Amino acid sequence: MKHNVEVDITIPNQTRYLGLIGRIGEDLVRSLGRYTGDRDELAYHLNLVLTEAITNAICHANANDPDKKIQVQISASDNSLCIKVFDEGAGFDLEKLNPKDVKDTAECGRGIQIIHRLMDKVDYRRSDKRNVLEMTKKLH
Amino acid sequence: MQLKTEEVGDIVLLRIEEERMDAHNSGAFKEQMLALFDEGKCNLIIDLSAVRFVDSSGLGALVSGFKNASAREGSLKLCGMQPQVRSMFELTRLHRVFEIYTSVEEAQGSL
Repeated sequence: MKHNVEVDITIPNQTRYLGLIGRIGEDLVRSLGRYTGDRDELAYHLNLVLTEAITNAICHANANDPDKKIQVQISASDNSLCIKVFDEGAGFDLEKLNPKDVKDTAECGRGIQIIHRLMDKVDYRRSDKRNVLEMTKKLH
Repeated sequence: MQLKTEEVGDIVLLRIEEERMDAHNSGAFKEQMLALFDEGKCNLIIDLSAVRFVDSSGLGALVSGFKNASAREGSLKLCGMQPQVRSMFELTRLHRVFEIYTSVEEAQGSL
């Protein structure tokens, strides 16, 4: 029998909600019935990926506009994790925010790089009148 | 950001009293460090033992403090990292930039 868990949350375009979504992500990982890997590490990584993706949506895509919203969908099955973060803004250039080589003493530029390191597939595209950052990871 | 500040000679010990360092509080933390630099306090030890989670914004704030301290011929040392916070420094290779100690006492002893 498959054990799928789906979470769908909409939050205001404000960084104060980062901790809430991060905690939900960690709790979701701890509820995965059949995951045999390091659960604490996966929980931390999901918290981190959600935090980085939502921060990008708030600050870059939605340009800190308090009237905009962010929708977050997390879908977990026995063998994969999929996160979608929808923004309502002009979007951002995924490549520009992912410099190939971030200088050791750079203050910015690590967010999307971290997402790429922790997830297997990352894609940013237009979806109806919004944009979506979709990130997937295989679970072993 | 919630901090406890303690001065020992010309060293300022900053104890972070937040579970998370992220985009919500890292800007304020940068400003708090800049205020210390403006007062001529340029040798900082930052105790991260209460921090369970740090993202790229939190790391960026620490890098900003490190660069400002170095530019003023001071220093910024880190201590008390929980394992998952330490793993973030390794993931981003920032463990090669900072002096990282296990405890406040060890960081103080290095000065």
